[in-house]
Amino acid sequence: MKQPIYLDNNATTPLDPRVLEAMLPYFTEKFGNAASRNHAFGWVAEEGVDYAREEVAKLIGCTEKEIIFTSGATEADNLAIKGVFEMYKEKGNHIITAVTEHKAVLDTCKHLEKNGARVTYLGVKEDGLIDLAELEAAMTPETILVSIMYGNNEIGVIQPVKEIAAIAHKHGALFMTDATQAVGKIPVDVNADGIDLMAFSAHKMYGPKGVGALYVRRKNPRVKVTAQMDGGGHERGMRSGTLNVPGIVGLGKACELCRLEMESEAIRLSALRDKLESTLSQMEESYVNGNTQHRLPHVANISFKYVEGEGLMMAMSDLAVSSGSACTSASLEPSYVLKSLGLSDDLAHSSIRYGLGRFTTEEEIDQAIEVTQKAVNHLRELSPLWEMFKEGIDLSKIEWAEH
Amino acid sequence: MAYSEKVIDHYNNPRNVGTLNKDSKFVGTGLVGAPECGDVMRLQIEVGEDNVITDAKFKTFGCGSAIASSSLATEWLKGKTIDEALAIDNMDIVEELALPPVKIHCSVLAEDAIKSAINDYRVKNGLEAIALEKSHH
Repeated sequence: MKQPIYLDNNATTPLDPRVLEAMLPYFTEKFGNAASRNHAFGWVAEEGVDYAREEVAKLIGCTEKEIIFTSGATEADNLAIKGVFEMYKEKGNHIITAVTEHKAVLDTCKHLEKNGARVTYLGVKEDGLIDLAELEAAMTPETILVSIMYGNNEIGVIQPVKEIAAIAHKHGALFMTDATQAVGKIPVDVNADGIDLMAFSAHKMYGPKGVGALYVRRKNPRVKVTAQMDGGGHERGMRSGTLNVPGIVGLGKACELCRLEMESEAIRLSALRDKLESTLSQMEESYVNGNTQHRLPHVANISFKYVEGEGLMMAMSDLAVSSGSACTSASLEPSYVLKSLGLSDDLAHSSIRYGLGRFTTEEEIDQAIEVTQKAVNHLRELSPLWEMFKEGIDLSKIEWAEH
Repeated sequence: MAYSEKVIDHYNNPRNVGTLNKDSKFVGTGLVGAPECGDVMRLQIEVGEDNVITDAKFKTFGCGSAIASSSLATEWLKGKTIDEALAIDNMDIVEELALPPVKIHCSVLAEDAIKSAINDYRVKNGLEAIALEKSHH
């Protein structure tokens, strides 16, 4: 079977061969435990980790000592939010986040609610951005943490992190951001942005799965998190467990490549994305979701009205993309992110996320356009809703037999 | 999720897509489902002499299994009498298309569409609507 065109780079990215090459020696001859101080095997492994720490730090503009390696962004999100809650509970129990966050943040907050936290979930405007006035109004003397993502995984919108950080700091709270989709794609500078804690992952930037990092600010202010994993006191006591040296080296190499190539890559990807998006949004009754000014360069999320998402995915089997609906499960669950923008269930179901990446070519984008147009047209020919729309029938006035 | 070959075949080459004149007294129309549930089926039958279904058409908004279920239903309806059509059970569709458990509701919807089209035809021609025995949520 022909391999479909991969346009799901927000889910994961392929490993860059240069990253693999950097990792390989650390599986075999450089297998040492980076914590072994007494022999060369340990020193060599530690050199690999030091290189990676330096590269990660360079990419986000911090110092090496501010990087805590984890198993990925989910663990980093958990460590940051639970760790801050436990460390600062004397000061307050209030956390502010947003409804469009990744589940790693939302479910961590839900967990903390059972342990005495009070959590405010900010809504978003119809372009997917939070309302800064609403954030300001939600701040209380008990607020210890504001956790708002950098770039959204489904629609790619970039939140005004600098302004959010300023509001958090004005009220004495820390600012944490899940920057999984942003780091390596756009310039992220923790000092310029005022970030106190930041979670990200290697496999979204052409590195391996199973490794990520949490940035924890050490100066102005010095931030501390309570460890969520106890053991040998690795990573300055914040994350115990033998370091995943090959993975960490892979993360380091991935960061190095992103730092060197990000600028030109962002220009190339946004041109391809714009081509895809502008062509597809010329189709009748298609809508681009999310703010189109403040967003990541490689994501397009488009709803095609009067066609159903799962049927659309089937017609687009030559493309590996994501749909805004998870209807393979018994219950139909439209994307909570799209719903929070105010999209109706049916429009949320009919949306497709295209995630471009380093290995996406213009030829693939041309094919993606053709496949999508064909699929949407095919399904609309089959769609009674499309026919009714064309006849000028107001679908909202019909009494549907719910089933 | 993997679809059966028969679902893929109906999906790629749907049979009897189209629209019959819903105002004709020989035509019965069934419109079932709801857009926010992700499935809407419209199934139409044209009834000739001796209560024989001479034509059937459908349009469906939904997943591949929903499209295949309604496409198959139109194939089966043609040439059947109304009574024979009423005997079509959703499990016949499940079996023919090898639908997985999460897609059984698509076959249920197709059965509902058949019954609803028949009822529309009956009411138009001065007959009583038949009570639908199954109720689904």
